[in-house]
This record gives sequence, C-alpha cells and structure tokens, in this order.
Amino acid sequence: MSTTVTPPPKKVNHIGLEVVQYRGGKTTLCAGCGHNSISERVVEAFYDLGVNPYNVAKFSGIGCSSKSPAYFLGLSHGFNGVHGRMPAIATGAILANRTLMGLGVSGDGDTASIGLGQFMHMVRRNIPLIYIIENNGVYGLTKGQFSATADLGSTLKTGLANDLPPFDTCALALKWGATFVARSFSGDKKQLQAIMKTAIAHRGLTVIDVISPCVTFNDHTGSTKSYSYMKDHEEVLQELDFVPYFEDISVEIPEGEVRDVQMHDGSHLRIRKLERDFDPTDRFKALQALEESEAKGEVLTGVLYLNTEKPTFLDLLHMVDEPVATLPESRVRPSKSVLDSVMEELR
Amino acid sequence: MSTLEVSPAVSLPEQASHPVVNDFSIQVATVNGSGSQTANTVLMRSIFQMGIPVSGKNMFPSNIAGLPTWFTIRASKKGYIGRRKEVDILVAMNAETAREDVLKLNSGAAVIYDEPLKLNELRSDLHFFPVPFDKLVAPVCPEAKLRKLVRNMIYDGVVAQLLSIEMDEIYKALVKQFGKKKAKAAELNWGACKAGHDFAAKTFTTGVPYRVERMNATAGKIIIDGNAACALGCMFAGVTVVTWYPITPSSSLVESLIGYMRRFRHDPETGKATYAIVQAEDELASIGMALGGGWAGARSMTATAGPGISLMSEFIGLGYYAEIPVVVFDVERVGPSTGLPTRTQQGDVLTTALLSHGDTKHPMFFPCSPEECFSMTIEAFDFAEKFQTPVFVMTDLDLGMNNWMADGFPYPEKPIARGKVLDAADLDRLGGFARYKDVDGDGVGYRTLPGTNHPKGSYFTRGSGHNEKAQYTEREDDYINNMDRLAHKFEVMSKHIPEPLVTVAPNAKIGFVAFGTSDYAVRESCDQLREEYQIGASYLRLKGYPFTQHLLDFIAQHDRVYVVDQNRDAQLLGLMRLDFEPAVVAKLRSLRYYGGLPLDARTVTDEILRQEGK
Repeated sequence: MSTTVTPPPKKVNHIGLEVVQYRGGKTTLCAGCGHNSISERVVEAFYDLGVNPYNVAKFSGIGCSSKSPAYFLGLSHGFNGVHGRMPAIATGAILANRTLMGLGVSGDGDTASIGLGQFMHMVRRNIPLIYIIENNGVYGLTKGQFSATADLGSTLKTGLANDLPPFDTCALALKWGATFVARSFSGDKKQLQAIMKTAIAHRGLTVIDVISPCVTFNDHTGSTKSYSYMKDHEEVLQELDFVPYFEDISVEIPEGEVRDVQMHDGSHLRIRKLERDFDPTDRFKALQALEESEAKGEVLTGVLYLNTEKPTFLDLLHMVDEPVATLPESRVRPSKSVLDSVMEELR
Repeated sequence: MSTLEVSPAVSLPEQASHPVVNDFSIQVATVNGSGSQTANTVLMRSIFQMGIPVSGKNMFPSNIAGLPTWFTIRASKKGYIGRRKEVDILVAMNAETAREDVLKLNSGAAVIYDEPLKLNELRSDLHFFPVPFDKLVAPVCPEAKLRKLVRNMIYDGVVAQLLSIEMDEIYKALVKQFGKKKAKAAELNWGACKAGHDFAAKTFTTGVPYRVERMNATAGKIIIDGNAACALGCMFAGVTVVTWYPITPSSSLVESLIGYMRRFRHDPETGKATYAIVQAEDELASIGMALGGGWAGARSMTATAGPGISLMSEFIGLGYYAEIPVVVFDVERVGPSTGLPTRTQQGDVLTTALLSHGDTKHPMFFPCSPEECFSMTIEAFDFAEKFQTPVFVMTDLDLGMNNWMADGFPYPEKPIARGKVLDAADLDRLGGFARYKDVDGDGVGYRTLPGTNHPKGSYFTRGSGHNEKAQYTEREDDYINNMDRLAHKFEVMSKHIPEPLVTVAPNAKIGFVAFGTSDYAVRESCDQLREEYQIGASYLRLKGYPFTQHLLDFIAQHDRVYVVDQNRDAQLLGLMRLDFEPAVVAKLRSLRYYGGLPLDARTVTDEILRQEGK
C-alpha cells in the first residue's frame, strides 16, 4: 500500500522567493557577535519586503563588519573594498546604475576613523544608499584597539581607558545631510527590523548606527558597547511599526499617539511615541536629544530623523532614468557631425 | 654677481642681408594675471593663420597673479614645434625679470621692451625696440582700470609690424579669441594693437632680421591643448562616469570635458545627462568612485597628476586584483612631493607601471600629440574593458596645457567594445559562470554587472584572496594560480597595446627610444645629428606599456640605444631593466633632462655628442 505525502507548500514572499534565497554564506564571525544578528535582520527585512535580490548591490570596507555582506543576500552582487572607502565605491556604482538598491555595511573603525572623510561626503551628497554602521567601539580584526566611537572613559580588556571623546555618527549624519538617521541595538530585533524596512523604502541616504557588541574584545565591564551596558542604558525613543506598500493599510488602526509617515514607495512607518515627545522630522530637536542623552549617559535608539522630500544626489545630477552604464553606443557617442563642428571651432 | 653678466664691449653683429623667414622664436615675459595670455594666443594664432607651423608654450608659476611668466612662440617652416632653447625676439614686459631675460639672450637677438625699463643700457649686441606702453594705451583705453589688461595687446601690434604679420590675421585671431559675445572687448584690444603697430611703423627705422611670409602648411589644422583633446576622446569613447579632484595640470582635462558633455551628451528629448560627473573630496574618493562605476559597468575615468597618483595607489591595487576597468589620466608634472606644480616632467612612469603594494603591473598609453590624446583615449577605454583592469593614459603638462597645432581628429571607426560581460540570456545559455576562470586562454575572465536579473548572476568582489569562483581563499595554489593568470593577462596585453613608431636611419649605429612629448626634440635632434654632424640615428617612439617585441628588435638592430627620459632617475630605462635580459640592457644608454621645461632638440643633440665622444 502506498501513501502519497504532499510536502507542505514552501513559504515564499510576494515575489515568490523563499527566505533561504536571501541568505548568504556561513558566517565566520565569533559566536554571539552582534553583527550576526544584524545579518539576520537584513535577511528578514529584504525577504519580508520582497526585494529583488538581483537588483541589490552590497558594499563594505574592511573589518569584521565589512565581512558580513558575504553572510547575507548571496544572490546579490557584493563588493568588499578597501578600508574606509566603501562610500566612494558605492557612489560610483550607484552613479553607473541608479536602479540598483545599494546596501553598505561598515564598522566604526571603517566609518569614524579611517573613513570619516568619505562618510561625511557621502552624507553631504545624500546618495541613495542604506549605510549600516555595525558599531562596537573596537577594532576586532586587529584584536582589540579603540575606534573613534569608543566612549570617553570606556576601557579595553587590558584596562586601558579611552581619554578621547567619541564621534557620534548619527549626529554627524544628521547635521550634514543624511535623510534617514536611526540608531538601534543588535539585540533589539523588532526595532531594528522596522528601521531596516523603512530604510529599504526610503529614497536617499539612510544611516543606521547599530550598537553591536563585540563578544571577544569589548563585552566586559568598563565597555560602553557591551550587551549588559546596553541593557542598562538603552533609551528607546519610539515603538515602530512598518507597513509595506503591498499590505492593506486600513486593516490595523493603531491606538494612541501615532505619527504616520508615508514613504516614497507607498509604505508607511508608524511611530508611536513613548515617554518623550519627539518629532522625527525636526533635525534640530534630534541633535538636541542626542546631546541630552549623551550627557545623561543614555544610548538613545529609534528613528532620529526622517526626511522623505529632500532631493538625492542623482536628482541634482539630472541624469537619465536608465542606468548610464548600459546605454547603447548611439546614446553615448555623439555623431560625426558633432565632432566635425568641434573641429571647425578649433580651426 | 650674476654669472650671466656679459661684457658690454661686444658690439652688435652685422645684420644678415636677407632676413630669416619663418624660423624664429619669440619669448614674451610678463607677470601672470596681467591678461597677457590673450595677447600671446592672438599672436600665435595669427602666425598659424598665415599658414606657418607654430607652437606656443606657457611657462607659468604656481600662483594666481603677480609672478613672472614666459610664453614662447616658435614658428618653423620645417614644422619643428618642440621647444627651442634660443630666443630670437624678446618682449620684456616684466621689470622683475627683464635684466636676467636680456642677459640670457644670444648676441643679435631683438628686444621689444617697456621704455622706462631702459634695457638698452644692459648690452650693446642686441637690437632694442623701446615702446612707451603706458603712453600708448591711455588714448585707446579711456577706462583706466582696464589699461593693465589692454596694454599687452600693444606688443602684438609692434611684433606684427616688425615681423610683417598681416594685421588682418591679427584681427581675425582677436575676434576668434573673444567670440561674438565679447565684441566690445575685442574692439578695445584691436585699438591697442593698432596703436602698437602704428607706433612701430613710425618710430623704428631698422627692423629685425626675421620675418613672417605666408605659407600653406596649416590648412585644415586645428589648435588645441592635449587636455581638451583627451576630453574629446573621453566623450567620443562614450564615458559615463567621470570623477575628479582638481590638480594642476590635469584640472582642465575634466573642465573641458564638462563643457563638451554639457553641449553634446544630454538626451535631446528629455534634456537629461547620459553621464555623471562628480568632483570628489579627494583623489582617494575619485579613484574609488571611478572603480565603483567601472565595476557596475560604466565607462569610468578620473584624471590627476603625480600627487593624486600617489594617493590612488591602494585603490589601484584593488582595481588590478579585483579586475575592474577604469581609465586614469596622469598629466605629469614635476615631483617629488608638491615639486614644481606648473612645470613639465615624465616623472611618474615607473611608479605608475607598478603602482600599489604587492605584485602589480599596469598598462600605460603614451600619446605624444593632440591627435593621439584623442585616439588613444578612445583606445584606452576599450582596452580597460577588454582586459578588465585600470589603464593609465600618461601625458604631461607640456602636452596637456599648451596649445598645439594638430590635424583634425577623425571620427572613430571602430564601434565601442565593452569586453566580456555576461547578461541574463548568456547565463541561461551557460548555466552559470566563474568570474576569474581563464576560459579563453587570454587570462581574462567573464564578468556580470550588478543588477543582472538572474539567479546565477551574482559574484562577490574582493581585494582579499579569491579563487576562480570569486570565493574567499587563503590557499597557496589558489593564490599562485590567480597571480599567474594575472601575469599571463599582462603578457597578452603586449599584443594589443599600440605598436611603437619606428624610423630606421640607413646604417645607423645608434638609436633613440623615447615617448610622449620627448618626440619633438628627438625628431629634430635626429635631423640636427644628420645635417650638422653626419650622424645617423634611428628612432623608436613608444606608444605604450607593456613593451612589445618591436622594442627588442630595435635594440638588437643597433649598437647603442639612447633611452630618453624627462626625469632624473631614467625611469623608462629602469622599467626596461626590469623587463629585459642583461644582454639587452647592456646596450642601453640614458639621456635625461629634468629641469621642468619642455625638452629641446639642442639639449638632446649636445648630450649625444658628449656620450658618443664627438
């Protein structure tokens, strides 16, 4: 007697892909590394929103964080560049093909130390890119030196105290032109996922600074980027709920004080305020909130700033809608009569 | 006391009964920022319009206004347009340098000078032509603040009168220079020019022993600087991503390109740009963006000079190892460090050939003229995509920033070649690909572009160790295989790099090897050696690197080969030492000049005579 077993239907997203198709290679980072959680959030967010992975380009610099693009979105092209210079590579690639969805992953050393200049100029240009900073305050791959985001007074495993103030990458991004700025914690699954999805829907430069503890070199007492420090000092700004464009918005009507932001692609970010009044469209207030929380020793997480109106660098360049990289010869080589007329001018 | 001091007892040499026709050089000494560029360009152009081969070279300081600058115009009926050492006619407008400029002249030269400078007191063996510039400019330029700019035009009129340059041609050149929009400025300058001409005609009873006579050697030719010629090459090569950081002497390459692209590379229907041009924050970013663009399939480029090349070093290594096409223009200037930013040199050849850490080698193109700036630029873009690697177009300040007479550029015959790129249909057919596998035996793998809509389309690009499938590896065999393939690819390039131009002199024992702007001096020197010393010299002009078999054959055919370098350390010779066997190297001699001025033929000839013991 034979029985036919029907396998359960495979779970797919709205473009018909399974979650496994959003995964990458096996991670080589340490067990418990915050970066691995962030990779998981990337996989979920891109899967949930049904982003076409063939159209995503991943970029990174050098460091533990910059290895992680190999561990997600294996069906996407990836470019692991040189230390601190991911913004330049990403900028060039997006100029070449403006239809790509760019996802950059960098660390605090990569972004705030060696790459600070390129980071700031990318912010200034508002390049359409998701820029994730996996921030652990320490150089992992070279075995535990301070980075420029290490807090004043925080210590290394050796006990050495940092006597320089940190760069706050969110404050820098806010001040100089990024259009979506958020801070999160690798241990906060729900918040990070909502921020990641908002970033996918956003048109412009997203900077997400994710506190992502380094379990090997910076998870001890005296570190301000440890799991336990975050547990005690994280100050969550809002409760976030992301509703993608392909879901019916009218189904859930949230209660309480909720701000609804419509994203460029028709998705909605619903921001329910918690204790404090915070307007995420007010850049000045966001900077003020960061200053205040720093003074209190808190780590403020949530959506700090969201501007859906500001033109991107691509708008300013007034480029054609198609990727310039693959325009046919007829559109990139002017005619013989053009050359002849230029020659005539020079006679 | 100056070593330039000459005895005042020397008297004026007897003037030749027949003036020298169409073979002289004029040097105009001014201060920069005084508007002399217009007067100099007009003067050069008017001689060009009369059909005489002419060149103009600007020797200027790294400064905006107030420092000495010299412009040399050479007219040569034989068509020599390299720099000439000797000055026949000096226009001395700069009080600061006038004394030294006059003392440097050869006996018999003519000096047109601002009367109050009293230069005639310095020497008695020169022809002096004092001109009261301030007195002449006042009536033709009522607005006092414009006089400083307009007074230079007076010397155009004086020179035109003394050399018999037709005033109609001066006027035509002036109108061309100012364009239709600035007709008023052109008229003002024309007034000054006429005042100079009239003054000279009335005042000077004896002329100069040089004159201009109409020829027909410039018909159909254009005047253009090498940077603008490279810019046109970029536009017609179909460049789509341009990134740059301003640096002398390369800035005007991209600035010219911006001008042309705005005019000719916007979609006629939408008005939108079919390109992106970005002024980056530094050279690290400009090369990074250009590589990002090349990786994503754009024809991308950046332009820089030596200091920028140094900064780009790390990224170029990534471009080499990850195999990304990009074209880099190096308009060389005098190094090391900041060096002499506004003087010319071939000082980056060795650095660039091996730029970056680890084992790296890069192809270079060596244009020597505006025509080649145009054609080789187009070739370089094809080459970069064909071989998936950074390609360097090496020019220098002399070629890039000076105005050159050139033939009109022919429209590119070959269609744009984009190299080995697989699209989704190819992947369907092939079932997949391995990014760094040498499928065709030429060392060049197939690539896909990000955005390829196919499950087998992606690969991971990295500057760390990788195998054929672009996977991370630290294995000894993977590393060696990959590096050997890259070496093989470089060898294959030598079959595709532009072939050198070889001129073999009959029975010549010696030969020259030179590249770029050394060409003008070397060609003229070959003539000097033959005509004045009965020495036959062959000549091979390199057009690119890697070296080709032609070079080895040329060396084999001669007893001694002089490798001409415009740098101190004989960099081209050094590169040949690295690539060639000792027996070949033993035949090589070095001929170097590195003073920052364009190389001149007499320097080459004298050095050959010295080394040949003649």
